[in-house]
Amino acid sequence: MDVPYVAGLARIALTAEEAARLQGQLDDILAFVGELKELDVTGVEATDVAADTHNVWRADEPRTGLSQAAALAGAPLTRRGQFVVPKVIE
Amino acid sequence: MSRDLHELGLLEAAEALARKAISSVELVQALLDRSAALNPSLNALTWVDADAVLAAARAADAARVAGDARPLLGAPMAIKDLLNVQGQPCTAGSNILKGYVAPYDATVIARLRAAGCLFVSRTNTDEFAMGGSTETSAYGTTRNPWDLERVPGGSSGGSAAAVAARLAPAALASDTGGSIRQPAAFCGVTGLKPTYGRVSRYGCVAFASSLDQVGPIARTVEDVTAVYQVIAGLDPHDSTTSARPVEDALPGVRAATNLKGLTLGLPRDYFVEGLDAEVETLTRAAVETCRELGANVVDVDLPHSRYGIACYYILAPAEASANLARYDGVRYGFRAPAEDLQEMYEQTRSLGFGAEVKRRVILGTYVLSSGFHDAYYLRAQKIRTLIRRDFDRVFETCDAIIGPVTPTAAFRIGEKNADPVQMYLGDIFTVNVNLAGLCGLSVPCGFTPSGLPAGLHIAGPAFADARILEIGAAYQHATDWHVKPPEI
Repeated sequence: MDVPYVAGLARIALTAEEAARLQGQLDDILAFVGELKELDVTGVEATDVAADTHNVWRADEPRTGLSQAAALAGAPLTRRGQFVVPKVIE
Repeated sequence: MSRDLHELGLLEAAEALARKAISSVELVQALLDRSAALNPSLNALTWVDADAVLAAARAADAARVAGDARPLLGAPMAIKDLLNVQGQPCTAGSNILKGYVAPYDATVIARLRAAGCLFVSRTNTDEFAMGGSTETSAYGTTRNPWDLERVPGGSSGGSAAAVAARLAPAALASDTGGSIRQPAAFCGVTGLKPTYGRVSRYGCVAFASSLDQVGPIARTVEDVTAVYQVIAGLDPHDSTTSARPVEDALPGVRAATNLKGLTLGLPRDYFVEGLDAEVETLTRAAVETCRELGANVVDVDLPHSRYGIACYYILAPAEASANLARYDGVRYGFRAPAEDLQEMYEQTRSLGFGAEVKRRVILGTYVLSSGFHDAYYLRAQKIRTLIRRDFDRVFETCDAIIGPVTPTAAFRIGEKNADPVQMYLGDIFTVNVNLAGLCGLSVPCGFTPSGLPAGLHIAGPAFADARILEIGAAYQHATDWHVKPPEI
């Protein structure tokens, strides 16, 4: 695994020391999960979730949710009822 | 009342409250006093607001005087720091959520609140429930009440330790690969991982959504059942919850005296290398007790269960990598200072997440990435099917499966930190129940020669929660392992 590349996909910055430690640990984990290659899975269907529910529908009607103030209360930075982030558009 | 108030179980306390032998204020004060005395050495609780909970207790006492007769009115519980309780902090044991205050109640909390329960404290957890020891928590490790040098298990180690140490009669917890049952076993208490779809996860911080389930930890099967009864059932806010009616399990649990007419499967695959000899001895003695209670115990095979941990460590990190994408420093929690958006995301997540969470998010991102998805993720999903089929076959002839909860008793703090794979293998007997969507119960089944508790695992088919609770109750009614308190 190219740890710095995958960490970039996950939006996690790693120090060189962290990347080196993770490289060894992740290689160990991938070697361990490699035992799954022993099994023949030809023709076996995939299980994504072990539940007896499938599509669940509800009426498309407005419902009461959090107030704007409550929804914004946990945000690190807000202004005039909106989340503030660093400038995206040049 | 001859016993100390903190010794009362949940139903005992509720009954004493109902006949006004005690007040909720007295009970809550006793638990607050005990928490103040013991938590500095245990670190089981991450947050207590004495004033708020005493006010709630006074309100419960006043309601009772006014005629409110709800069975759990004024009964106190501890809540894993993964479940939203409106107005209380909810951090999932992570620095990235430090300071976050829940703006709404999780469905399980709303239901317990409607039943009259009080929420006295929040319990420590591995960060985002990723761990088996609480050592990954940003609040530091919880200590096992039976031996302060050892871990309480995890991820719900704070809930299990709090209940064992009598800081609360019952607690809510969550279980993705064993996170209720393993700490229950390590701390000598009783824990239920309900069937997938039986209990709502709305308001529970998501880890791996196809596996996560919320459930209770208490000292007796009766108390676990009482909580289960309140929290189980359909929730429009969690589309995975089942519309099946929730059975009234408590009468059967209270009446359970034997296991006559039941066939219990004993997986040969679980008594293999890696199972500690002392734990094996205790498990086999518990199996013998089940036989004496009238159960027909038969050997069964779960040939794919040995692949469960590898399967889990692909699927759970994959789901976690998606679920934890929401922690981006925009809408809640910690934000690192940065010049641009990309740097803000990367620095926020780098500084906010601990080492285990980073490890799993990166692993999950990898197994889902282009070129590796089929080799890892899709293959693991197919092996999940094989694991399910093993159980389906066994449940054609068996009512439940029994075995050890954990391969060893509680290990020493720091013992497994350097080697993630060794830490992961601690879930080998519990994880398959999550993968297959089944229910599982851990009940105390004795102590090792050095005085550490061990647990008997009772796993049942999907929606046989009441059955495994009855089996656990029959075992508990014939044994007294669950009664003994730790000396702290």
